[in-house]
Amino acid sequence: MRRIIYLIKKFRYFLLFIILEILAFIIIIQDHSYHQSKFVNSANFFTGGLYNKANSINEFFHLRKDNQLLSEENARLKNLLEKRENTYAIDSFTVIDTSQYFQKYDYSVAKIINNNYTKRNNFITLNKGAKHGLTPDLGVVNSKGIIGVIKNVSANYATVLSILNSNSNINVRLKNSNHFGTLVWDGKDYNITQVIDIPRQAVVKAGDTIVTGGKSAIFPEGIEVGVVKDFKYAQNKYQIINILLFNDMSAIGEVQIVKNLHKDEQVTLEQSVVNE
Amino acid sequence: MNNLVLNNTIRFIALLFLQVLIFNHMNIFGNVNPMVYITWVFLFPFRKKRSLLLILSFLLGISIDFFSDSGGINAFAITFIAYFRLPILMAILRRPDLDYGQFNLRTISTNKAFLFIATLTLIHHFIVFGLEYFSFSAILSIISNTILTSIFTILICTLGIVLFTKKK
Repeated sequence: MRRIIYLIKKFRYFLLFIILEILAFIIIIQDHSYHQSKFVNSANFFTGGLYNKANSINEFFHLRKDNQLLSEENARLKNLLEKRENTYAIDSFTVIDTSQYFQKYDYSVAKIINNNYTKRNNFITLNKGAKHGLTPDLGVVNSKGIIGVIKNVSANYATVLSILNSNSNINVRLKNSNHFGTLVWDGKDYNITQVIDIPRQAVVKAGDTIVTGGKSAIFPEGIEVGVVKDFKYAQNKYQIINILLFNDMSAIGEVQIVKNLHKDEQVTLEQSVVNE
Repeated sequence: MNNLVLNNTIRFIALLFLQVLIFNHMNIFGNVNPMVYITWVFLFPFRKKRSLLLILSFLLGISIDFFSDSGGINAFAITFIAYFRLPILMAILRRPDLDYGQFNLRTISTNKAFLFIATLTLIHHFIVFGLEYFSFSAILSIISNTILTSIFTILICTLGIVLFTKKK
Protein backbone atom coordinates (compact mmCIF):
# COMPACT_ATOMS: atom_id res chain seq x y z
CA MET A 1 0.00 0.00 0.00
CA ARG A 2 2.77 2.42 0.92
CA ARG A 3 4.52 1.55 -2.29
CA ILE A 4 1.44 2.50 -4.27
CA ILE A 5 1.17 5.81 -2.47
CA TYR A 6 4.88 6.37 -3.04
CA LEU A 7 4.48 5.63 -6.75
CA ILE A 8 1.49 7.94 -7.08
CA LYS A 9 3.44 10.65 -5.29
CA LYS A 10 6.44 10.15 -7.50
CA PHE A 11 4.47 10.29 -10.72
CA ARG A 12 1.78 12.72 -9.61
CA TYR A 13 2.53 15.33 -12.28
CA PHE A 14 2.63 12.71 -14.97
CA LEU A 15 -0.67 11.26 -13.72
CA LEU A 16 -2.28 14.71 -13.70
CA PHE A 17 -0.96 15.27 -17.19
CA ILE A 18 -2.39 11.99 -18.44
CA ILE A 19 -5.78 12.66 -16.80
CA LEU A 20 -6.03 16.11 -18.39
CA GLU A 21 -5.00 14.80 -21.81
CA ILE A 22 -7.54 11.98 -21.64
CA LEU A 23 -10.22 14.49 -20.68
CA ALA A 24 -9.29 16.69 -23.65
CA PHE A 25 -9.24 13.68 -25.95
CA ILE A 26 -12.71 12.57 -24.84
CA ILE A 27 -14.01 16.04 -25.68
CA ILE A 28 -12.33 15.87 -29.10
CA ILE A 29 -13.84 12.47 -29.88
CA GLN A 30 -17.27 13.57 -28.73
CA ASP A 31 -16.87 16.65 -30.91
CA HIS A 32 -16.11 14.61 -34.01
CA SER A 33 -19.31 12.59 -33.90
CA TYR A 34 -22.02 14.44 -35.73
CA HIS A 35 -25.07 13.09 -33.97
CA GLN A 36 -24.03 13.91 -30.47
CA SER A 37 -24.55 17.48 -29.40
CA LYS A 38 -21.35 18.99 -28.16
CA PHE A 39 -20.57 20.14 -24.67
CA VAL A 40 -17.79 22.54 -25.68
CA ASN A 41 -19.41 25.05 -28.03
CA SER A 42 -19.67 28.80 -28.37
CA ALA A 43 -23.46 28.90 -27.96
CA ASN A 44 -23.44 29.63 -24.27
CA PHE A 45 -24.15 32.69 -22.23
CA PHE A 46 -20.57 33.83 -21.77
CA THR A 47 -18.96 33.24 -25.17
CA GLY A 48 -22.10 34.23 -27.05
CA GLY A 49 -22.41 37.40 -25.02
CA LEU A 50 -18.81 38.39 -25.68
CA TYR A 51 -19.09 37.70 -29.40
CA ASN A 52 -22.31 39.70 -29.48
CA LYS A 53 -20.56 42.71 -27.95
CA ALA A 54 -17.56 42.43 -30.25
CA ASN A 55 -19.79 42.01 -33.28
CA SER A 56 -21.79 45.15 -32.60
CA ILE A 57 -18.57 47.09 -33.13
CA ASN A 58 -17.50 45.06 -36.11
CA GLU A 59 -20.90 45.32 -37.75
CA PHE A 60 -20.54 49.05 -38.09
CA PHE A 61 -17.78 48.61 -40.65
CA HIS A 62 -19.90 46.40 -42.90
CA LEU A 63 -22.97 48.61 -43.16
CA ARG A 64 -22.29 49.55 -46.75
CA LYS A 65 -21.90 45.96 -47.89
CA ASP A 66 -24.99 44.81 -45.98
CA ASN A 67 -27.01 47.57 -47.56
CA GLN A 68 -25.78 46.50 -50.96
CA LEU A 69 -26.84 42.90 -50.31
CA LEU A 70 -30.25 43.96 -49.06
CA SER A 71 -30.96 46.15 -52.05
CA GLU A 72 -29.85 43.37 -54.41
CA GLU A 73 -32.23 40.96 -52.73
CA ASN A 74 -34.94 43.58 -52.75
CA ALA A 75 -34.53 44.04 -56.49
CA ARG A 76 -34.73 40.29 -57.06
CA LEU A 77 -37.89 39.99 -54.97
CA LYS A 78 -39.48 42.94 -56.69
CA ASN A 79 -38.79 41.28 -60.04
CA LEU A 80 -40.50 38.12 -58.79
CA LEU A 81 -43.47 40.11 -57.57
CA GLU A 82 -43.71 41.87 -60.90
CA LYS A 83 -43.84 38.53 -62.70
CA ARG A 84 -46.57 37.28 -60.36
CA GLU A 85 -48.66 40.37 -60.81
CA ASN A 86 -48.41 39.95 -64.54
CA THR A 87 -49.67 36.38 -64.44
CA TYR A 88 -52.54 37.39 -62.21
CA ALA A 89 -53.42 40.21 -64.53
CA ILE A 90 -53.81 37.79 -67.42
CA ASP A 91 -55.77 35.13 -65.57
CA SER A 92 -57.58 37.51 -63.27
CA PHE A 93 -59.27 35.22 -60.81
CA THR A 94 -59.36 34.85 -57.06
CA VAL A 95 -59.34 31.63 -55.09
CA ILE A 96 -60.38 31.81 -51.48
CA ASP A 97 -59.88 28.33 -50.14
CA THR A 98 -57.80 28.11 -47.00
CA SER A 99 -57.85 24.32 -46.99
CA GLN A 100 -55.81 24.33 -50.18
CA TYR A 101 -53.24 26.60 -48.69
CA PHE A 102 -50.30 25.22 -46.84
CA GLN A 103 -47.00 26.61 -45.78
CA LYS A 104 -44.03 24.30 -45.94
CA TYR A 105 -41.12 26.48 -44.92
CA ASP A 106 -40.89 29.10 -42.23
CA TYR A 107 -38.12 31.71 -42.41
CA SER A 108 -36.74 33.81 -39.60
CA VAL A 109 -33.76 36.13 -39.49
CA ALA A 110 -30.63 36.05 -37.34
CA LYS A 111 -27.27 37.70 -37.26
CA ILE A 112 -23.86 36.05 -37.39
CA ILE A 113 -21.81 37.13 -34.40
CA ASN A 114 -18.80 34.90 -35.00
CA ASN A 115 -17.65 33.43 -38.28
CA ASN A 116 -14.76 31.07 -38.98
CA TYR A 117 -13.71 30.05 -42.46
CA THR A 118 -9.97 29.36 -42.35
CA LYS A 119 -9.87 26.20 -40.25
CA ARG A 120 -10.56 22.67 -41.41
CA ASN A 121 -13.76 22.46 -39.35
CA ASN A 122 -15.55 25.77 -39.21
CA PHE A 123 -18.46 26.82 -37.02
CA ILE A 124 -20.55 29.98 -37.02
CA THR A 125 -22.28 31.52 -33.99
CA LEU A 126 -25.71 33.17 -34.32
CA ASN A 127 -27.37 35.69 -32.01
CA LYS A 128 -30.62 33.73 -31.72
CA GLY A 129 -31.34 30.57 -29.80
CA ALA A 130 -33.96 28.30 -28.32
CA LYS A 131 -35.88 31.30 -27.00
CA HIS A 132 -36.51 32.38 -30.58
CA GLY A 133 -37.66 28.95 -31.71
CA LEU A 134 -34.38 27.58 -33.01
CA THR A 135 -33.65 23.87 -32.71
CA PRO A 136 -30.75 21.74 -33.99
CA ASP A 137 -30.86 20.64 -37.66
CA LEU A 138 -32.43 23.75 -39.12
CA GLY A 139 -30.98 25.12 -42.35
CA VAL A 140 -29.21 28.48 -42.50
CA VAL A 141 -29.21 30.44 -45.75
CA ASN A 142 -28.75 33.98 -46.95
CA SER A 143 -29.73 35.81 -50.10
CA LYS A 144 -26.83 34.32 -52.06
CA GLY A 145 -26.89 30.69 -51.01
CA ILE A 146 -26.63 28.21 -48.19
CA ILE A 147 -24.48 28.72 -45.11
CA GLY A 148 -24.87 25.59 -43.02
CA VAL A 149 -26.99 23.64 -40.55
CA ILE A 150 -27.63 24.51 -36.90
CA LYS A 151 -25.82 22.17 -34.55
CA ASN A 152 -26.15 23.43 -30.97
CA VAL A 153 -28.58 25.86 -29.40
CA SER A 154 -28.58 27.56 -26.03
CA ALA A 155 -31.21 29.95 -24.70
CA ASN A 156 -29.99 32.95 -26.67
CA TYR A 157 -27.35 31.66 -29.09
CA ALA A 158 -26.81 28.92 -31.64
CA THR A 159 -23.82 27.40 -33.41
CA VAL A 160 -23.96 26.47 -37.06
CA LEU A 161 -22.06 23.66 -38.76
CA SER A 162 -20.76 25.66 -41.70
CA ILE A 163 -20.62 24.13 -45.19
CA LEU A 164 -16.88 24.69 -44.74
CA ASN A 165 -16.59 21.72 -42.36
CA SER A 166 -15.47 18.15 -42.89
CA ASN A 167 -18.69 16.89 -41.26
CA SER A 168 -20.96 18.82 -43.58
CA ASN A 169 -22.76 16.74 -46.23
CA ILE A 170 -25.51 18.60 -48.04
CA ASN A 171 -27.62 17.15 -50.80
CA VAL A 172 -27.33 19.20 -54.01
CA ARG A 173 -28.21 18.73 -57.65
CA LEU A 174 -27.48 20.17 -61.06
CA LYS A 175 -29.97 22.88 -61.83
CA ASN A 176 -30.68 21.68 -65.35
CA SER A 177 -30.66 17.89 -65.03
CA ASN A 178 -31.83 16.73 -61.58
CA HIS A 179 -28.77 14.55 -60.97
CA PHE A 180 -28.05 14.46 -57.25
CA GLY A 181 -24.72 14.75 -55.50
CA THR A 182 -23.29 15.69 -52.11
CA LEU A 183 -21.66 18.99 -51.24
CA VAL A 184 -18.43 18.58 -49.24
CA TRP A 185 -15.36 20.70 -48.57
CA ASP A 186 -11.70 19.72 -48.90
CA GLY A 187 -10.43 22.42 -46.57
CA LYS A 188 -8.29 24.31 -49.06
CA ASP A 189 -10.08 27.41 -50.32
CA TYR A 190 -13.12 28.89 -48.61
CA ASN A 191 -14.63 30.03 -51.92
CA ILE A 192 -14.48 26.58 -53.48
CA THR A 193 -16.36 23.48 -52.34
CA GLN A 194 -16.66 20.08 -53.96
CA VAL A 195 -19.51 17.93 -55.15
CA ILE A 196 -19.10 14.15 -54.96
CA ASP A 197 -21.26 11.17 -55.88
CA ILE A 198 -22.65 12.70 -59.07
CA PRO A 199 -23.64 9.73 -61.28
CA ARG A 200 -21.48 9.21 -64.32
CA GLN A 201 -24.30 9.61 -66.82
CA ALA A 202 -24.82 13.22 -65.73
CA VAL A 203 -23.53 15.83 -68.16
CA VAL A 204 -21.48 18.40 -66.29
CA LYS A 205 -20.07 21.51 -67.91
CA ALA A 206 -18.02 24.31 -66.42
CA GLY A 207 -20.41 27.12 -65.56
CA ASP A 208 -23.38 24.89 -64.68
CA THR A 209 -25.36 26.06 -61.69
CA ILE A 210 -25.63 23.85 -58.60
CA VAL A 211 -28.73 24.14 -56.41
CA THR A 212 -29.88 22.38 -53.25
CA GLY A 213 -31.64 19.09 -53.92
CA GLY A 214 -35.01 18.25 -52.43
CA LYS A 215 -33.78 15.04 -50.85
CA SER A 216 -32.82 16.50 -47.51
CA ALA A 217 -35.53 17.49 -45.08
CA ILE A 218 -33.56 20.58 -44.11
CA PHE A 219 -33.24 22.89 -47.10
CA PRO A 220 -35.96 23.82 -49.59
CA GLU A 221 -35.23 22.61 -53.09
CA GLY A 222 -33.62 24.96 -55.56
CA ILE A 223 -31.59 27.37 -53.45
CA GLU A 224 -28.63 28.34 -55.59
CA VAL A 225 -25.26 27.27 -54.23
CA GLY A 226 -22.64 28.02 -56.87
CA VAL A 227 -21.35 27.28 -60.34
CA VAL A 228 -19.10 24.47 -61.56
CA LYS A 229 -15.57 25.81 -61.78
CA ASP A 230 -13.80 22.75 -63.15
CA PHE A 231 -14.02 18.97 -62.84
CA LYS A 232 -12.02 15.82 -63.38
CA TYR A 233 -13.53 12.86 -65.19
CA ALA A 234 -11.49 9.67 -65.01
CA GLN A 235 -12.11 5.89 -64.84
CA ASN A 236 -15.65 6.38 -66.04
CA LYS A 237 -16.78 8.60 -63.21
CA TYR A 238 -16.53 12.12 -61.92
CA GLN A 239 -13.56 12.16 -59.56
CA ILE A 240 -13.98 15.69 -58.36
CA ILE A 241 -16.17 18.64 -59.25
CA ASN A 242 -15.10 22.03 -57.92
CA ILE A 243 -17.85 24.52 -57.17
CA LEU A 244 -17.31 28.25 -56.96
CA LEU A 245 -19.74 29.47 -54.28
CA PHE A 246 -22.01 32.46 -54.91
CA ASN A 247 -21.53 33.36 -51.27
CA ASP A 248 -18.37 34.97 -50.05
CA MET A 249 -18.12 32.92 -46.85
CA SER A 250 -15.66 35.42 -45.36
CA ALA A 251 -18.19 38.26 -45.45
CA ILE A 252 -21.60 37.07 -44.29
CA GLY A 253 -23.68 38.98 -41.78
CA GLU A 254 -27.46 38.63 -41.89
CA VAL A 255 -28.82 35.14 -42.41
CA GLN A 256 -32.20 33.46 -42.61
CA ILE A 257 -33.11 30.29 -40.78
CA VAL A 258 -35.28 27.82 -42.61
CA LYS A 259 -37.62 25.64 -40.65
CA ASN A 260 -39.25 22.79 -42.56
CA LEU A 261 -42.74 22.52 -41.07
CA HIS A 262 -43.24 19.12 -42.69
CA LYS A 263 -39.97 17.65 -41.52
CA ASP A 264 -41.40 15.37 -38.85
CA GLU A 265 -43.98 14.07 -41.28
CA GLN A 266 -41.36 13.37 -43.95
CA VAL A 267 -38.86 11.77 -41.57
CA THR A 268 -41.50 9.59 -39.90
CA LEU A 269 -42.72 8.39 -43.27
CA GLU A 270 -39.19 7.60 -44.42
CA GLN A 271 -38.45 5.81 -41.15
CA SER A 272 -41.57 3.67 -41.46
CA VAL A 273 -40.49 2.59 -44.93
CA VAL A 274 -37.06 1.62 -43.64
CA ASN A 275 -38.52 -0.33 -40.73
CA GLU A 276 -40.78 -2.50 -42.83
CA MET B 1 3.48 36.83 -4.05
CA ASN B 2 0.19 38.68 -4.37
CA ASN B 3 1.62 40.67 -7.21
CA LEU B 4 2.51 37.42 -8.97
CA VAL B 5 -1.04 36.06 -8.68
CA LEU B 6 -2.51 39.30 -9.96
CA ASN B 7 -0.06 39.45 -12.85
CA ASN B 8 -0.85 35.94 -13.97
CA THR B 9 -4.61 36.41 -13.62
CA ILE B 10 -4.45 39.48 -15.84
CA ARG B 11 -2.23 37.66 -18.32
CA PHE B 12 -4.63 34.72 -18.46
CA ILE B 13 -7.64 36.91 -19.25
CA ALA B 14 -5.72 39.21 -21.60
CA LEU B 15 -4.32 36.32 -23.64
CA LEU B 16 -7.73 34.64 -23.86
CA PHE B 17 -9.47 37.79 -25.13
CA LEU B 18 -6.61 38.77 -27.45
CA GLN B 19 -6.71 35.32 -29.00
CA VAL B 20 -10.45 34.96 -29.53
CA LEU B 21 -11.27 38.54 -30.46
CA ILE B 22 -8.24 39.59 -32.51
CA PHE B 23 -5.83 36.83 -33.47
CA ASN B 24 -8.52 34.29 -34.42
CA HIS B 25 -9.76 36.72 -37.05
CA MET B 26 -6.45 37.94 -38.43
CA ASN B 27 -6.30 35.72 -41.54
CA ILE B 28 -2.84 36.71 -42.72
CA PHE B 29 -2.45 35.48 -46.34
CA GLY B 30 -6.08 34.42 -46.18
CA ASN B 31 -5.80 31.64 -43.64
CA VAL B 32 -3.04 32.12 -41.07
CA ASN B 33 -4.20 32.83 -37.53
CA PRO B 34 -1.32 33.01 -35.04
CA MET B 35 -2.01 31.20 -31.75
CA VAL B 36 -0.43 33.64 -29.35
CA TYR B 37 -2.20 32.33 -26.24
CA ILE B 38 0.59 29.79 -25.74
CA THR B 39 2.73 32.69 -24.47
CA TRP B 40 1.04 31.67 -21.21
CA VAL B 41 3.21 28.55 -21.06
CA PHE B 42 6.41 30.48 -21.82
CA LEU B 43 5.82 33.09 -19.14
CA PHE B 44 4.25 31.11 -16.31
CA PRO B 45 6.68 31.12 -13.36
CA PHE B 46 9.01 28.11 -13.31
CA ARG B 47 8.37 26.09 -10.16
CA LYS B 48 9.20 22.66 -8.88
CA LYS B 49 5.48 21.96 -8.45
CA ARG B 50 3.91 21.75 -11.86
CA SER B 51 0.29 20.87 -11.08
CA LEU B 52 -0.87 24.50 -11.10
CA LEU B 53 0.70 25.11 -14.51
CA LEU B 54 -0.92 21.98 -15.93
CA ILE B 55 -4.39 22.76 -14.59
CA LEU B 56 -4.34 26.43 -15.58
CA SER B 57 -2.98 25.64 -19.04
CA PHE B 58 -5.76 23.12 -19.52
CA LEU B 59 -8.30 25.72 -18.43
CA LEU B 60 -6.91 28.31 -20.86
CA GLY B 61 -6.97 25.76 -23.67
CA ILE B 62 -10.54 24.68 -22.99
CA SER B 63 -11.64 28.33 -22.81
CA ILE B 64 -10.14 28.93 -26.25
CA ASP B 65 -11.97 25.80 -27.42
CA PHE B 66 -15.27 27.12 -26.12
CA PHE B 67 -14.83 30.25 -28.15
CA SER B 68 -13.58 28.68 -31.35
CA ASP B 69 -15.79 25.53 -31.37
CA SER B 70 -12.79 23.27 -31.74
CA GLY B 71 -13.66 20.52 -29.26
CA GLY B 72 -10.72 19.89 -26.95
CA ILE B 73 -7.95 20.41 -29.47
CA ASN B 74 -6.37 23.51 -27.95
CA ALA B 75 -6.69 22.08 -24.44
CA PHE B 76 -4.90 18.92 -25.50
CA ALA B 77 -2.07 20.75 -27.24
CA ILE B 78 -1.40 23.36 -24.58
CA THR B 79 -1.45 20.78 -21.76
CA PHE B 80 1.06 18.78 -23.76
CA ILE B 81 3.56 21.62 -24.11
CA ALA B 82 2.93 22.69 -20.52
CA TYR B 83 4.05 19.27 -19.33
CA PHE B 84 7.08 19.09 -21.60
CA ARG B 85 8.15 22.68 -21.01
CA LEU B 86 10.66 21.82 -18.30
CA PRO B 87 12.37 18.81 -19.96
CA ILE B 88 12.76 20.77 -23.20
CA LEU B 89 14.19 23.77 -21.39
CA MET B 90 16.68 21.53 -19.55
CA ALA B 91 17.72 19.97 -22.84
CA ILE B 92 18.25 23.38 -24.42
CA LEU B 93 20.16 24.79 -21.46
CA ARG B 94 22.13 21.53 -20.97
CA ARG B 95 21.71 21.88 -17.22
CA PRO B 96 20.58 19.17 -14.78
CA ASP B 97 18.63 21.52 -12.53
CA LEU B 98 17.15 24.98 -12.52
CA ASP B 99 17.49 27.83 -10.10
CA TYR B 100 13.74 27.97 -9.43
CA GLY B 101 12.49 31.27 -8.10
CA GLN B 102 14.83 33.59 -9.89
CA PHE B 103 14.61 31.95 -13.23
CA ASN B 104 12.65 33.45 -16.09
CA LEU B 105 13.08 33.59 -19.86
CA ARG B 106 14.87 36.94 -19.78
CA THR B 107 17.73 35.59 -17.66
CA ILE B 108 18.96 33.17 -20.33
CA SER B 109 20.58 34.12 -23.62
CA THR B 110 18.32 35.33 -26.42
CA ASN B 111 19.26 32.48 -28.74
CA LYS B 112 18.33 29.84 -26.21
CA ALA B 113 15.09 31.57 -25.26
CA PHE B 114 14.19 31.82 -28.94
CA LEU B 115 14.99 28.15 -29.52
CA PHE B 116 12.82 27.24 -26.52
CA ILE B 117 9.87 29.27 -27.82
CA ALA B 118 10.26 27.93 -31.36
CA THR B 119 10.39 24.27 -30.26
CA LEU B 120 7.30 24.51 -28.08
CA THR B 121 5.39 26.48 -30.72
CA LEU B 122 6.16 23.94 -33.44
CA ILE B 123 5.08 21.02 -31.23
CA HIS B 124 1.90 22.81 -30.19
CA HIS B 125 0.92 23.80 -33.73
CA PHE B 126 1.64 20.34 -35.09
CA ILE B 127 -0.71 18.81 -32.50
CA VAL B 128 -3.42 21.39 -33.17
CA PHE B 129 -3.41 20.94 -36.94
CA GLY B 130 -2.93 17.20 -36.68
CA LEU B 131 -6.03 16.84 -34.52
CA GLU B 132 -7.99 19.30 -36.63
CA TYR B 133 -7.41 17.46 -39.91
CA PHE B 134 -7.38 14.05 -38.19
CA SER B 135 -6.15 12.07 -41.21
CA PHE B 136 -2.83 10.89 -42.57
CA SER B 137 -3.72 11.84 -46.13
CA ALA B 138 -3.73 15.51 -45.13
CA ILE B 139 -0.16 15.36 -43.82
CA LEU B 140 1.07 17.97 -46.33
CA SER B 141 -1.64 20.45 -45.31
CA ILE B 142 -0.83 19.78 -41.66
CA ILE B 143 2.90 20.42 -42.10
CA SER B 144 2.53 23.50 -44.28
CA ASN B 145 -0.05 25.00 -41.91
CA THR B 146 2.15 24.20 -38.91
CA ILE B 147 5.22 25.91 -40.36
CA LEU B 148 3.43 28.97 -41.74
CA THR B 149 1.41 29.62 -38.59
CA SER B 150 4.40 28.92 -36.33
CA ILE B 151 6.45 31.63 -38.04
CA PHE B 152 3.86 34.26 -37.17
CA THR B 153 3.19 32.91 -33.69
CA ILE B 154 6.91 32.88 -32.86
CA LEU B 155 7.37 36.41 -34.22
CA ILE B 156 4.44 37.86 -32.30
CA CYS B 157 5.20 35.96 -29.08
CA THR B 158 8.84 37.01 -29.08
CA LEU B 159 7.89 40.58 -29.77
CA GLY B 160 5.29 40.52 -27.02
CA ILE B 161 7.69 39.02 -24.48
CA VAL B 162 10.42 41.53 -25.35
CA LEU B 163 8.02 44.46 -25.09
CA PHE B 164 5.99 43.49 -22.04
CA THR B 165 8.46 41.84 -19.66
CA LYS B 166 11.27 43.43 -17.74
CA LYS B 167 14.84 42.39 -18.35
CA LYS B 168 16.61 41.38 -15.20
